[in-house]
Amino acid sequence: MADIAVAGTPGRRGAYGSISRDRRWAMRWSYFFLALFAIFFLMPPFYMLITSLKSSAEISAAQNPWWVFGPTLENYVALLGKNEFLIFFRNSALVSICVVTITMLISVTAAFALARMKFWGSATLATGVFLTYLIPDTLLFIPLFKMFAFVRDTTGIELMNHWWTLIIIYPTLTVPFATWIMIGYFASIPKELDEAALIDGASWMQTLTKIFIPVALPGIIAATIFSFTVSWAQFLYPMAFTTSTNELVLPVGIVTTLIKGDVFNWGQIMTGALLGAAPPLIIYAFLMDYYIAGLTAGATKG
Amino acid sequence: MADIAAPNAAVLAGDRRTGLHKLMQRKSTIAFLMALPLILLIGILVLYPACYAIWLAMLNKSMTKFVGLGNFQFLFKRDTFWDVVFQSCLFAITAVIFKAIIGFVVAHFVHNIPSKGQRKWRGMLLVPWVIPPAMSTLAWLWLFDPAYSAFNWILAHFGIGPVPWLGETGWARFSVILVNIWAGAPFFMIMYLAALKSVPEQLYEAAAIDGAAWWQRIWYVTLPMMRNIIAITALFSLIVTFANFDIVRVLTNGGPLTSTQLFGTWGFKLGIESGDIPLGSCVVLFMVPILAVAASVILRDINKRGSEV
Repeated sequence: MADIAVAGTPGRRGAYGSISRDRRWAMRWSYFFLALFAIFFLMPPFYMLITSLKSSAEISAAQNPWWVFGPTLENYVALLGKNEFLIFFRNSALVSICVVTITMLISVTAAFALARMKFWGSATLATGVFLTYLIPDTLLFIPLFKMFAFVRDTTGIELMNHWWTLIIIYPTLTVPFATWIMIGYFASIPKELDEAALIDGASWMQTLTKIFIPVALPGIIAATIFSFTVSWAQFLYPMAFTTSTNELVLPVGIVTTLIKGDVFNWGQIMTGALLGAAPPLIIYAFLMDYYIAGLTAGATKG
Repeated sequence: MADIAAPNAAVLAGDRRTGLHKLMQRKSTIAFLMALPLILLIGILVLYPACYAIWLAMLNKSMTKFVGLGNFQFLFKRDTFWDVVFQSCLFAITAVIFKAIIGFVVAHFVHNIPSKGQRKWRGMLLVPWVIPPAMSTLAWLWLFDPAYSAFNWILAHFGIGPVPWLGETGWARFSVILVNIWAGAPFFMIMYLAALKSVPEQLYEAAAIDGAAWWQRIWYVTLPMMRNIIAITALFSLIVTFANFDIVRVLTNGGPLTSTQLFGTWGFKLGIESGDIPLGSCVVLFMVPILAVAASVILRDINKRGSEV
């Protein structure tokens, strides 16, 4: 009896010990592989940064490309002193801000109507909104191109080669998903809340602005960040619809004007790319949790 | 007579006004008006162009004559078209599979470490997804540069000769897919991480009591619980990858020759740069079958979940 009990206890303790040892090893391996993946994921932005700090002489010198031997800000000075770069930045900022405003106005009101007020066909419309999000820009740019020509021929309004045209088309990329996120958030607000407001005599608009928008603020922030990131990063539409230097937005401007023929000024290109990536990165750094909530909202809600 | 008619008309008019007023006050009317901008936007700038693309695809080059399926016939006879079909499928399927695997693995590693540090790692690993793809692809273009490639500099230390990252068909396809995986895997990671968090801990405890090894826990607990998210994320990414434009455009511009062209980039080349709008929209329309299949599966899932709630 005693023999068995004694033999049993250390055995069991040994088993526990091995589990916690397993856990510890699993954790160590996790950190190791996470570090490897982090190197893989962060290498291009890191390389952007170090190249942007090099002079042209250092870039073409035959030495370790992964290190900066003589850090300099000359690329930043040269680029920020360029008029065209500032124009790209201004265009991008204006387009993004306008698109975000339009997107939020359209999608918040529409999502409220679809989530709470139900009308004939509203359920179908909600699904349809999500499906339009799946129609890619690569499918639409050619017919849009032709439609712009048609608008010019009939009304005389030239939509081609103007940065403000992008304000009209970008909402097609942002509104469906923003609406979808907002429907999810609005649907999660308890019915009692707006019923109480309606009984107290609030109009639908008041219910939306006084109750739904404050309660669903995290969702609104997530949708705003999403719209901003999408409109800042959009590449195909400005590539297809704008050509002259004054009308370009940042991503297209950097890709088309800094690369002249076969001459690559890599220091400036990397600086431009880094500055072009900075606004979304800064927003992400400060509002990461909202950003991630917005990303996962499409799948976990709805 | 006139006396009687006049009040009547007044009553009628009043009725109609209140009728209209009532209609405007009705909940469904207000709701419809609130959704109207959305409906107009989608109708004019998404649905109409999508249908217009089909019409455009059936015109001749100068868009003066209806040629029916002539453009499609013309495309089917061109070898380049079949190359593009092959490349698009290869690109999208390979990239999505690797994105899913890497996302799944990394999500597990992040899930394994103490929750205190998770936020930091997650934040770091999502950076590729946040940078505009056109900008990050420029960094890759520079890393792949034929003369100053920083990768080749490292490889040279191991005695591996200069790799023509973007110069040869095979390598160019590899590089384009690699960049796409790099940019897209973090999205999978975030989605799978969110799904992992929602798997009840008791299931793992039960599995551990039953003596399940780690791979059995993944196979019998994690994967069935995450099946939905895995499918939705993969299908969603398949659509986006299939319709990719910026990465290929910046990295190889379809080259060498046409060996990395996708539907989107080739459609751009034909439709905008060569000015053959009908042929371009014809090429681009070939994305629709894949989109339709993926969309219908996603839709079924959404409806299923909708009825569960």
